[in-house]
Amino acid sequence: MKIHEYQAKELLSRYDVPVPRGSVAKTAREAGETADQISQRVVIKAQVHSGGRGKVGGIRIAETPAEAEQIARELLGTKLVTHQTGPEGLTINAVLVEEAVQAEKELYLGMLINTSAYAPMVIASEAGGMEIEEITTRNPAKILRQHFELVAGLLPYKARTLAYGVNLPTENIRPVTQVMAGMYRLFTEKDCSLVEINPLVTTTDGRLLALDAKINFDDNALSHHQDIVQLHDSSQEDPLEVEAGNTGVNYVKIGGNVGCLVNGAGLAMATMDMIKMVGGEPANFLDVGGGASEEQVAQALKILLADPNVKAAWINVFGGILRCDVVARAVVRVLEESKASVPFIVRMNGTNLQEAMRVLEESELNITFEADLVSAAEKAVAMAKLRLSKANDTSQ
Amino acid sequence: MILVNEDTRVLVQGITGREASFHTRKCLEYGTKVVAGVTPGKGSISWEKEVPVFNSVAEAKKETGANASLIFVPAPFAVDAILESADAGIKVVACITEFIPALDELKCHYYLSNQETRLIGPNCPGIISPPGKCKMGIMPSYIHRPGNVGVVSRSGTLTYEAVTQLTEQSLGQTTCVGLGGDPLPGTSFVDILKLFQADPETKAVVLIGEIGGTYEQEAADFIQKHMTKPVVAYIAGSSAPSGKRMGHAGAIISGNASKALNKITSLAAAGATVVENFGQIGLVTKKILSSRI
Repeated sequence: MKIHEYQAKELLSRYDVPVPRGSVAKTAREAGETADQISQRVVIKAQVHSGGRGKVGGIRIAETPAEAEQIARELLGTKLVTHQTGPEGLTINAVLVEEAVQAEKELYLGMLINTSAYAPMVIASEAGGMEIEEITTRNPAKILRQHFELVAGLLPYKARTLAYGVNLPTENIRPVTQVMAGMYRLFTEKDCSLVEINPLVTTTDGRLLALDAKINFDDNALSHHQDIVQLHDSSQEDPLEVEAGNTGVNYVKIGGNVGCLVNGAGLAMATMDMIKMVGGEPANFLDVGGGASEEQVAQALKILLADPNVKAAWINVFGGILRCDVVARAVVRVLEESKASVPFIVRMNGTNLQEAMRVLEESELNITFEADLVSAAEKAVAMAKLRLSKANDTSQ
Repeated sequence: MILVNEDTRVLVQGITGREASFHTRKCLEYGTKVVAGVTPGKGSISWEKEVPVFNSVAEAKKETGANASLIFVPAPFAVDAILESADAGIKVVACITEFIPALDELKCHYYLSNQETRLIGPNCPGIISPPGKCKMGIMPSYIHRPGNVGVVSRSGTLTYEAVTQLTEQSLGQTTCVGLGGDPLPGTSFVDILKLFQADPETKAVVLIGEIGGTYEQEAADFIQKHMTKPVVAYIAGSSAPSGKRMGHAGAIISGNASKALNKITSLAAAGATVVENFGQIGLVTKKILSSRI
């Protein structure tokens, strides 16, 4: 689960990590008032679940409270499109108004679990301000890493090694190791999957501040942290993905026009790969899971069909606990109810296959059964292309 | 065969649950020696008048000689169940449970690091050795045949697809291991490749990986240095976008190394045969094995 920058900063500050003075505003007037209280130049930062906001006008300087109010008015309610959001962008429902600071040195600090080492890891770099991927590509030598064991915690000597390694002046060593200690406590107490401060800056007036922050949480641990669940903002997610989450299936919108519904995450990825391999574009990842009920499969199908880009759909199921006939009944029911004209390719194998085929054949719906994987993919892709060209013809 | 065989005596932790009951029945039907169940508080009853239930793993082991455990208990209690088995001296533990928090898995891994217990999973379909008639998991039984191909995978249904293809090509399996879809699996590709390489019955290995982590690169490194047996590999997720979790907790692209292409390149460079079309796993394995004879 992701949260907003302002929420991340509030959390960090509770763990003794210093952040700039400021507060979140949901209206332009609030933004102006906050700027007035700070009584100096401020930064107005659009709160969306994405990086790269500065490059597309989502982070702006205001010299006066009136200007702050004006900028907030321009940003609030609009959509911000960054390189991470996709073309649809994300709605700005809040802005963070903060004192503008003069940075002297910009550091990167990140904490996550290194899955190869089976240990939490702190990453530090003196090339802060750009994304970690960018630092890795441009200057891998500038990246320092230290692993920790949960039993020993964040050993101070390792934190110091990182602090000295990023060439901080002596007076900053202790404050930076304290920042790391705070990050580590937050990481372990709240089951984070990522705590990132980028940049952590030293200012011309001698302060150390977390200028930007990103925190992600382990979805599997959310049931232990009701305070974190409260921070969830579904306006930052695709509505269909939110609905899928409520239904208990895994759906990710990809953007192509060949929808697919699969049981099992690996098979669902492989199905998308196969669509791509034969020259199509998958519309979504959709894994209904191993033990889905007919109702869940039906809900999942409705979600798949709610994406207007979907021109053809491919059901690819290996029946185990989830029986083929259960999927077939759900398909028939949804297609009959919704009167959707999207053609369906069904490829199934496993438990109760014969019964499933009987249900599909009796339905007289636009469903093609295809046993071979590649042929199924090719048919789905061809049907999507055909429907797309027909739609273009009618619109001309 | 590796890890489980005809001498494996299985205890099922959480045996009285709905799903556990269903799969215990299927395991018994396959021929697995399910000798005990453990559900704290339900000791002294017997599961469906067939399998004795105990309050603790230690007691179950002492009374029945169980030497492997299959775990179905819910996520909040799963790590406790794993470690209880480890402390009781159970050598192979397969944990089916999904949704265990990563930090809990980290503690679990640390606890197990100086013990002999091999943990398969969590969030996995389990393990099956057709020649030994031992199924310790939730995979459909009928697709498997005894034979000479070892299968190791991070995905459940994709493994079933691959096994079905192998069986269609008259290629049976020695053992199929589901490592699970979590970012911190108890057992890695390398652990299993080592065992397959040392197993005289295994003539070829099918490896199914996916995006996320660097387990496949570590496997590639091992294949290059130590494997003499052919490896056929498939990596799922070439078309997956960055930063989005693809169903499995561990299947998320965060950096170049976790991308499918990077894994495919590493495995191919190490000498594995990487198939782009996963519908051809069976066919390609058949060809490689035929050319070796």
